[in-house]
Amino acid sequence: MIEARGLTKKYGATVAVRDLTFDVMPGRVTGFLGPNGAGKTTTMRLTLGLDSPSAGRVRVGGRPYRGMRRPLFDVGAMLESAAIHPGRSARGHLLALAQSNGIPHRRVDDVLGLTGLDSVARVRVGVFSLGMTQRLGIAAAMLGDPAVLLLDEPVNGLDPEGVAWIRQLLRSLAAEGRTVFVSSHLMTEMAQTADHLIVIGRGQLIADTSTEEFVRQGSAGYIQVRSPDDRFAQLLRQHGATVTVGDDGTLAVTGMIIATVGELAAHHGIVLHELVAKRASLEEAFMELTKNAIDYQPRVADPEKRA
Amino acid sequence: MTVSTSATRPAPARPSLRRPDKFRPLFLDLAHSEWIKLWTVRSTYWTLLVTALGVVAAGAALSGAYAKHYQGLSAAAKAAFDPAAYSLSGFFIGQLAIGTLGVVIITSEYTTGSIRTTLAAAPQRGMVLAAKATVFSVIAAVIGIVSSFCAFFLGQTLLANKGLETHIGAPGALRSVIGTGLYLAVVGLLALGLGALIRRTAGAIAVFVGLLLVVPVFFQALPAASQSAITKFLPSDAGQALIGRTKFAPSSSLLSPWVGFAVFCAYTAVVLIVAFIALSRRDS
Repeated sequence: MIEARGLTKKYGATVAVRDLTFDVMPGRVTGFLGPNGAGKTTTMRLTLGLDSPSAGRVRVGGRPYRGMRRPLFDVGAMLESAAIHPGRSARGHLLALAQSNGIPHRRVDDVLGLTGLDSVARVRVGVFSLGMTQRLGIAAAMLGDPAVLLLDEPVNGLDPEGVAWIRQLLRSLAAEGRTVFVSSHLMTEMAQTADHLIVIGRGQLIADTSTEEFVRQGSAGYIQVRSPDDRFAQLLRQHGATVTVGDDGTLAVTGMIIATVGELAAHHGIVLHELVAKRASLEEAFMELTKNAIDYQPRVADPEKRA
Repeated sequence: MTVSTSATRPAPARPSLRRPDKFRPLFLDLAHSEWIKLWTVRSTYWTLLVTALGVVAAGAALSGAYAKHYQGLSAAAKAAFDPAAYSLSGFFIGQLAIGTLGVVIITSEYTTGSIRTTLAAAPQRGMVLAAKATVFSVIAAVIGIVSSFCAFFLGQTLLANKGLETHIGAPGALRSVIGTGLYLAVVGLLALGLGALIRRTAGAIAVFVGLLLVVPVFFQALPAASQSAITKFLPSDAGQALIGRTKFAPSSSLLSPWVGFAVFCAYTAVVLIVAFIALSRRDS
C-alpha cells in the first residue's frame, strides 16, 4: 500500500502539491485523477523518492522509498514515457534495469512477451510509436513482479486495443492482490478501470472515494430547456427552480421535475424549442469538481495578468 | 511488500522470481548495470574509437613530422626533446573524446529523462554515481593505456628513422606510457563529475573544455616570471606532468610526475564529491 501524509511539494514559489493525505490500498485499482498540472506526476515522483517533499511524507509498504534496496521487487513504476534512452534497444533498456536490481535476465524475455514486444526487442526505442513506448514502460514496471505498481498516464497515446489491454491487465494485477495506482486526466477512462478514485486539483485533494460513489454523485441530472422567450428563466425561478443560463441561451434547470417545467410553459403560453432531461456526463462532473482547481484556465481578456 | 498485500486476497504467486540473497553486493549489480548501459548505445563505441585514434594517429603524425623536420631545429630544442612524451602527444586529441563520453554518459540520462528510471530502480544515488564512475574509469584506463602503448611504439618506430627513438625500458618511458592512459581515465572522471553536476551536455562540455584547454592558454598572458608558479598547479599541467614534457603543458617547471598527477586527482575528487552531494540532495 501507499500512504501519503500531509505531502507538500514546493518548487520555488509554486506549490505543486499541498497537504495531500491518502492511502492506496492493495487488491484494487486506484485511479489518480486530476487535470493536467494538478500535481499527479509530482506526487508520483515524491512517492518514488525522485523529489524530496517540502513537508509531510509518503511511504510505500510502510517504508520511505529512498531507504529501499532493490526496490523493483516491491514497486514497479512507469514514469512519463520519455524516461528511456532513445538510442538503446528495448531489450538493452530492460536488461540494464533488471541487472541493477539483480533480477535474472530471463525475466526480461518474460516481460517482453507479456507486453507483446518480443518482435521489436532489438529495435531502438527512439523509433518506437507512443503505444510501443507505453508497453515498454509497463514491461519495465513488471520486471520485479512487484506488489505495488505506479503507472503515470499509461493509456496516453494507446489505440483502443491497447487501452482495452491495459484495462484488463490492471484489473488482473489488482485481482492478484497487488496495489495498482494509475494516474490519468481522463475521467471516463478511469471510471471504467478504477475501483477507487483519488481526485486532485491544483495540488490539493478533492475526493477520495469509490468510483461507484463518485459516479453516483457526479451524475446528478438537470433539465435542459430552450425557449425563444427570455422571460422563462425568471418564471422558473419564481416557481422555485434553480436556473443557469448558458452562453447560447439554453437553460439548465434543477430543483424541479421535467413535467412541472412543461406545464409551467404551457400555462403561461411560452414556446419551447427543447425540453430534455440531462444527466451530466462523468467528464462534466469531473470538470465541475475541478473547475476551481485548474491552474491554467483559458482566459480571453486580462492581458496584464498574463504578462 | 508481500506483508502489505491484503489479507483477504492471496498474495501473487511468484514461483520463478526471487530477490537476490541480501549479502549479494548491490554495488556489483549496479556496476554491471552501468556496464550494460554503456555498451548498449552507439555513442560509446564512437567516442572510444575517436579516443584511441586520437592518441595513436595524432601521436604518430607528430612523431613522423618531428623526425622529418629534425635537421632544422635549434640545439636547445633538440636538447629538450623527450621522445617518449612526444610520441604520446595524441593524448591532447584523445582527452576531448574521452571527456565527451564522460560528460554524455551522465548528461544523456538527464536529457532523455532516463535518470528517473535509474534512480527509481536504485535509490542509493551515491552508489549509482560510484558504479558509473568505476565502470567508466576502468574502460577509459584500458582504452587509454592500450592506445598509448600503440602510440609509443609507432612513434618510436617513426623517430628511429633519425635515430631519435627511446625504448620502453628507458628511465621514465614506461611511466609516460601508462601515465597517458591514467591521465585519460582521470580526465574522463573529471568530465563525468562535471556532467553530474551541470546535468546539461553543452554546459558540461563547455566547462570541461574551458578548464582543460582554455584556462592554460589564458594564464600564458601572465608575465613569464610568475607564470609557471601558477600554471603548474592548473589541472591540465598538473595531470600532464605524469606524461612528461610536451608542447601542451606550458609550465616551464612542471610538478614532479606523481605529485602533479595527485594534484590532478585531487581536483577530480573535489568535483566528484560536490557532484555526489548535489545528486543526493537535488530533485531529479
